[in-house]
Amino acid sequence: MFGIAMSKKTLLNSKEIHIILHRLACQLIENHNNFENTVLIGIQPRGIYFAERLATILQNEYGISNIKLGHLDITFYRDDFRRREAPLEANKTQIDFIVEDKNVVFIDDVLFSGRSIRAALTAIQSFGRPSNIELLVLIDRRFSRHLPIQPDYLGRQVDVINEEKVIVHWKEKDTKDAVYIINN
Amino acid sequence: MSQLSVQHLLGIKHINKADIDLIFKTADHFKEVINRSIKKVPSLRDITIANLFFENSTRTKLSFELAEKRLSADVINFSASQSSVKKGETLIDTANNILSMKVDIIVMRHPNVGACDFLSKHVNARIVNAGDGTHEHPTQALLDSYSIREKLGSVAGKKVVIVGDILHSRVALSNFYALKLQGAEIKVCGPKTLIPKYIESLGVGVEYDIKKALDWCDVANVLRVQNERMEINYFPSTREYSQLFGINKKLLDSLDKKIVIMHPGPINRGVEISSDVADSEQSIILNQVENGVAIRMAVIYLLAQQIKQ
Repeated sequence: MFGIAMSKKTLLNSKEIHIILHRLACQLIENHNNFENTVLIGIQPRGIYFAERLATILQNEYGISNIKLGHLDITFYRDDFRRREAPLEANKTQIDFIVEDKNVVFIDDVLFSGRSIRAALTAIQSFGRPSNIELLVLIDRRFSRHLPIQPDYLGRQVDVINEEKVIVHWKEKDTKDAVYIINN
Repeated sequence: MSQLSVQHLLGIKHINKADIDLIFKTADHFKEVINRSIKKVPSLRDITIANLFFENSTRTKLSFELAEKRLSADVINFSASQSSVKKGETLIDTANNILSMKVDIIVMRHPNVGACDFLSKHVNARIVNAGDGTHEHPTQALLDSYSIREKLGSVAGKKVVIVGDILHSRVALSNFYALKLQGAEIKVCGPKTLIPKYIESLGVGVEYDIKKALDWCDVANVLRVQNERMEINYFPSTREYSQLFGINKKLLDSLDKKIVIMHPGPINRGVEISSDVADSEQSIILNQVENGVAIRMAVIYLLAQQIKQ
């Protein structure tokens, strides 16, 4: 498990992720009933797999029809444009419904500095004024926030040092579900 | 690839296929943005752009200004007719004066060939060529190819005929480079006097019969007859030009396929193109204008990305 130069620790395996996904789905139902006035927004690029998985569980296992799911790209709203070494690459935004007066749930894989969510809060305004916005994340990296942003629903909280990276794998993209902590 | 290979957009001649692909990919995102109810993103809020127009322009100037504003850049506009150029100021002095007001990007249109190239070597700002004399008009060629790609799926392998005043056209030259890079076949069609000698050396075919040219092509890009650049008579009369090279509904209907009609504007209705063709379903002239904003947003965004904090 530990390499010479780089160590990789499994934080969650696919079974644990499966349980967490179902718990989060139930927590969403608790607060949003039949989702009549709720929209789910996956944050590009990595939040969309998580959002799609949750939507599928809500539909197939809890019989909630008409789940409204969108993808939001935040590249043009980031506060580190021209401040990064590598240029940012944009992804597709797809929101085919109106968010005006809706309950919006942002879905992302890892909450770290909070800056992505800050950008998402600005970006979503281009699609209307939501009634309220909640945040659902799979992994919350504690004590690493640059901004006063906290999740409303969370899969697992972890304490990791800054040099460590938390990587979420989804089977749709990376062959299996898993969360790793990587130390370079 | 997520960065342009150039620091300025002086002409299509200086960029490569990967740059075009990146600009188009970025423009796809901006096209989605400009179709939202709030059509603006905050990316360039700390960038200032000067639009220097030493030559008349309506569409290009509006398009650039809108693109810059939709990226949240601060914009200053300058037209030669209202400026110190009339009082004898040189181009470098004008530009440097504007730059001392802390401008990051200059978008310039100028009647002289190579003006943008010259400016890029003498001032410390990113330059975007918005048309230099009869030389290049890169953003127009990019939006033309982007519109073809949008309508026909791709540019590669498509047959494009450029009709009209090739001699005075910066749109034509930029289009040759852009279409070649993307693997399209090109022919030009127009009066012999308005087709440059040795044009074949650019890999462009020549056809003097408009019917044959249209029969061959998938896309016809119809250019305006630029009377303002003609010091001599290149053809006997506008009426004769219109009869020999004008595209009308009857001519289009005589073809056994539906070709795509483009025009960079402004249109001389009834001269190079008739109203029923300009307004027909085959025409993507207004799509070109819409795409122009997305393309210019992409170009400016990608150039601004390289300016370090």
